[in-house]
Amino acid sequence: MLLAEQALNGLQYGMMLFLMAAGLTLVFGVMGLINLAHGSLYMTGAFACAVVAAATGSFWLGLAASLAAAAAAGALVEIAVIRRLYARDHLDQVLATFALILVFSEGTRWLFGSFPLYLKLPPSLSGAVLLPGGLHYPLFRLVIIGFGAAVALGLWWLITRTRLGIRIRAGEADREMIGALGVDIARLYTIVFALGAALAGLAGALVGTIQSVQVGMGEPVLILAFVVVVIGGIGSIKGAFIGALLVGMTDTLGKALLPDLFGQVLDASSANTVGASLASVLIYVLMAVVLILRPQGLFGARS
Amino acid sequence: MKLKRLLIGGAAALALAGAAQAEGVKVGMITTLSGGGAGLGVDTRDGFLLALKNAGEAGQAVELVIEDDQQKPDVAVQIADKMIQSKQVDVLTGIVWSNLAMAVVPAAVAQDKFYLSTNAAPSQLAGAGCNPKYFSVSYQNDNLHEAAGAHATDAGIGKVFIMAPNYPAGQDSLAGFKRYYKGEVVSEVYTQVGQTDYAGEIAQIRASDADAVFFFLPGGMGIAFMKQYAESGVGKPLIGPAFSFSQDILPAVGDAALGVKNTAQWSKDLENEANKTFVETFQAEYGRLPSLYAAQAYDTANLLLSAIAKADVGDADAFRAALAEADFPSVRGKFRFGPNQHPIQDYYVREVVKEGDVLTNKIIGPAMADHGDAYAEQCKM
Repeated sequence: MLLAEQALNGLQYGMMLFLMAAGLTLVFGVMGLINLAHGSLYMTGAFACAVVAAATGSFWLGLAASLAAAAAAGALVEIAVIRRLYARDHLDQVLATFALILVFSEGTRWLFGSFPLYLKLPPSLSGAVLLPGGLHYPLFRLVIIGFGAAVALGLWWLITRTRLGIRIRAGEADREMIGALGVDIARLYTIVFALGAALAGLAGALVGTIQSVQVGMGEPVLILAFVVVVIGGIGSIKGAFIGALLVGMTDTLGKALLPDLFGQVLDASSANTVGASLASVLIYVLMAVVLILRPQGLFGARS
Repeated sequence: MKLKRLLIGGAAALALAGAAQAEGVKVGMITTLSGGGAGLGVDTRDGFLLALKNAGEAGQAVELVIEDDQQKPDVAVQIADKMIQSKQVDVLTGIVWSNLAMAVVPAAVAQDKFYLSTNAAPSQLAGAGCNPKYFSVSYQNDNLHEAAGAHATDAGIGKVFIMAPNYPAGQDSLAGFKRYYKGEVVSEVYTQVGQTDYAGEIAQIRASDADAVFFFLPGGMGIAFMKQYAESGVGKPLIGPAFSFSQDILPAVGDAALGVKNTAQWSKDLENEANKTFVETFQAEYGRLPSLYAAQAYDTANLLLSAIAKADVGDADAFRAALAEADFPSVRGKFRFGPNQHPIQDYYVREVVKEGDVLTNKIIGPAMADHGDAYAEQCKM
């Protein structure tokens, strides 16, 4: 029973990571841009959701606002800053987008203050539900799993079945050529970046609801999102999906099982400390193993 | 005639001003004003400034320089060097985090500056590493957890699940809790620092046969845990130190915190004159309720003012003796220093309640009286 609950937790955590990593890998794959400010767009989504939900009393309006605000912020940033970085090397991109993190963080503090904001679940989504097998599980975590699956399906459809998707894939392969074929590459990039930003914003709003909405909330998840992208393979949505689920499962099950495993050989207190320390590096071990076996990541086309 | 009088008056005023400056004390405040932990530093700064303002003319004896450490030890060390060497402050204060305090305090006191801690009080500085120029005006890091352990014992809780982040302050926290808890610890869980998803831990809590849960998760970690715990429907009672129920984060946690018992040496409803003034003037000045951090900084400023009134900071021994007397009206009521210059004070059990629309804490009983700390014996001064 505990194991079933932990597996669900791992699945939910993985779906959340997927929402973060999908946008990151989309932008990286299509535009070749390392965007450290992805976490700031996540924060933008969470703040927009909290503010609109508090003002209107509707969580769903807040969720819509998070998509809109993050997409708008993404488009704005792309036009004002990112556009100048495509031709530069990755070091310049890292530097400039790191500066964006600082601008976003202090800008958010200036607007909303230093104290965390309140964002609560609507009553219709709160509480635990009884699953078959007698397991009580929080409803909202099931909702997050649903959102993750829906976004994965939606992205798959977008990339493989639509004109925009064809252009995105073409832009990934050869940007000069599709420019020569008459596609407005600048606008395409703005759209892709705004799409990635909107996904980050949605993740921020969903996660802010069960965690905390505060300045700096984007940075810890950003690292995990990069781990997911590296494991899944750069630019691959499928890779991001599988990688996110792997990381989510590994992290959750590792934290649940390792201390018990060490408890077999060590005394309880040190088993807990050693187990916890090892569990916290487990996903990086996973990343290292994947990179040794497949340097380009699980589904990566290029290394 | 008129001109001459004016000149004499001017000269006298200048002389007076000069004298006042000589008596004044330059204070360097290093605290966290940007990034995720800024709320704690903002309250520290505001509490300190309020005490100076409330002191009226006496408050002008303190010249305050404030800088943001960004919650980074290397930045804090740089600021401390600058304040000591080029700004020539006499007293340093304001650091919120223990790892930053460990980076700054030993070097500062070695350079003959006073350090008055408004919050961080790691065990290393309370025991063998104590120093005549270092005072903790808040507590010793283990204290609030010890009080929670004592409360759990008093409340007759037989089995408890305990949890803290896997870093020195987290390990001290669980050690402090176990020091005064007489029941059985069924499970001891260390989480990652900065972890925001507690689904795994909550599943373990659900599966355990504990009667209650003790947790130490400062800042955003605590907000995340409590919201998720409330959603999970597990329902075992929670106990924690005041950090996760402090006024700066309670509004973000929301109703999920209602009814939770937590331990602290201060609460806004403590009945004494100094506290009444503090809470009222803080609300009037800043338009919000003060947090534990604000209260500790307010006391620190008042302690400093009490020492300035008795001794010149240039005479280090006299100034130290004046500080050690702790002759100031504390918002905690009773307050004195132990042999390692850490507080000996009362700790209370508080409960999170709703007053109108505002979540806040109410004292429901004592946890420990006249309590010092476990490290005082190791301190040789």
